[in-house]
Amino acid sequence: MKILVPVKRVVDYNVKVRVKADGTGVETANVKMSMNPFDEIAVEEAVRLKEKGMATEIVAVSVGPTAAQEQIRTALAMGADRGILVEAEGTEPLAVAKILKALVEKEGPQIVILGKQAIDDDMNATGQMLAALLGWGQGTFASKVEIADGSARVTREIDGGLETVALKLPAIVTADLRLNEPRYASLPNIMKARKKPIETVKPGDLGVDVTPRLTVLKVEEPPKRQAGKKVGSVAELVDKLRNEAKVI
Amino acid sequence: MAVLVLADRGETVSQPTRSAVAAAQKLGGEVHVLVLGAEGAAAAAKLPGVAKVLVAKGDSMALAEPVAALLVSLAPGYDALLAPGSAAGKNVLPRVAALLDVQIISDVAGVEGPDTFRRFIYAGNALATVKTSDAKKVMTIRAASFDPVPAEGGNAAIEDAAAAADPGVSTFVGAEIVKLERPELTAARVVVSGGRALGSLENFKILDGVADRLGAAIGASRAAVDAGYAPNDMQVGQTGKIVAPELYIAFGISGAIQHLAGMKDSKVIVAVNKDEEAPIFQVADYGLVGDVFKIIPELETELDKK
Repeated sequence: MKILVPVKRVVDYNVKVRVKADGTGVETANVKMSMNPFDEIAVEEAVRLKEKGMATEIVAVSVGPTAAQEQIRTALAMGADRGILVEAEGTEPLAVAKILKALVEKEGPQIVILGKQAIDDDMNATGQMLAALLGWGQGTFASKVEIADGSARVTREIDGGLETVALKLPAIVTADLRLNEPRYASLPNIMKARKKPIETVKPGDLGVDVTPRLTVLKVEEPPKRQAGKKVGSVAELVDKLRNEAKVI
Repeated sequence: MAVLVLADRGETVSQPTRSAVAAAQKLGGEVHVLVLGAEGAAAAAKLPGVAKVLVAKGDSMALAEPVAALLVSLAPGYDALLAPGSAAGKNVLPRVAALLDVQIISDVAGVEGPDTFRRFIYAGNALATVKTSDAKKVMTIRAASFDPVPAEGGNAAIEDAAAAADPGVSTFVGAEIVKLERPELTAARVVVSGGRALGSLENFKILDGVADRLGAAIGASRAAVDAGYAPNDMQVGQTGKIVAPELYIAFGISGAIQHLAGMKDSKVIVAVNKDEEAPIFQVADYGLVGDVFKIIPELETELDKK
């Protein structure tokens, strides 16, 4: 069984992003870039399935700039077998889903595991959109995945608790935070990853139109909250809440 | 122009669903609400400004694939399809959008015009204004950004939705819903939250007394959840629940960006932390520097005085 894992190059989650002065976006020049954290969890889950003997090959895919090779290398160092880079910038989830659909049709994986959301555009959409285009079942926000008898049992994080769905394979899974804790790649594995193959293609090679549907008119700093005042005691706090803010 | 809002399941209409109805009203035109399961129809019909309630019955309505198929079958009658940005809405709407060849707009925080919307990106650190070229709009709505419509006041007609075919790729196995003795986090008027400073699962219970006195829901920071002090569904933050109560009290929470993204729209924020440099004080209306274990009992005593 083959697993496809898409990974996205994003601004590292530890970076405090800055909005560009001209309002066209956020500053990404000279900023540390990393693999989207939810995608790391997706890669880890794929590698664990391979270690359990459930999967035979893991293909890591990134849709992004040439530099997204770094994120594919990270996936290869974690245990993916080979990579595909689709060179395209500024693609929206719908276009990415169309690209992934074309790759799925070529590669024939039984499962595609994605991160539930990218931490840059926070769209939370690509996995669901890919499932729709393929007509596959979707197990989103997964906290547990079990594969048996041609089906995936996915425990999902929902408001107020958990639910479990059974999906016919092939299927889509999107990873939530508590699915697993991704490993750090060891130095020998990082060295080995350098020799693993990465194929580069363009959306046009796959017959996909990536024209954006959304135009970003402006990007601005969110309204800032004013820091309030420090109170000296619990009694003063309760008095303020009762008589000034009138919330209790 | 007509707008269809997919409601969260339940006998009552959730506050995020009522916020999505408010966003639908900003788009203009007739607003219809789609309810999954017969139990939610009566409550949805009472929402003011809703012209029609469609009810979809059947067990398959617990699954994303058949619900998406149903929405796609209803889509020709609407200019926009909306859902609250709940786990259910985020599961289904992107699937609907792709089936309609539309780019979804997730977590819409403002309606600027018929095709122009505002949304937060980068965990709430930037606010983008986007214009869509798609004729049909498919969007999830960020509840904290729209004042919910009242729960009562309307009298909409209730109709059965024509069933759509189940794609048959998934089955529902079961759910474990945590039984809540307190208000639901995203709907609570007051939220009391704890951070890593509480130190253990056992110590986290110290929040119960304050929460009981204020009728509050209890939340937690990501750090507290990751440390195992609180269950995952209590997490407030960009990767957890987004809340906007009238009063938010943060005990022992430093105020990481990802936490602030989940609560900074609260009307009044109180922070209690022993580190007076903690970033949470930058957003708090009232800050109290001190040890939470000393302050909480004092607060209980003070709240008991009328």
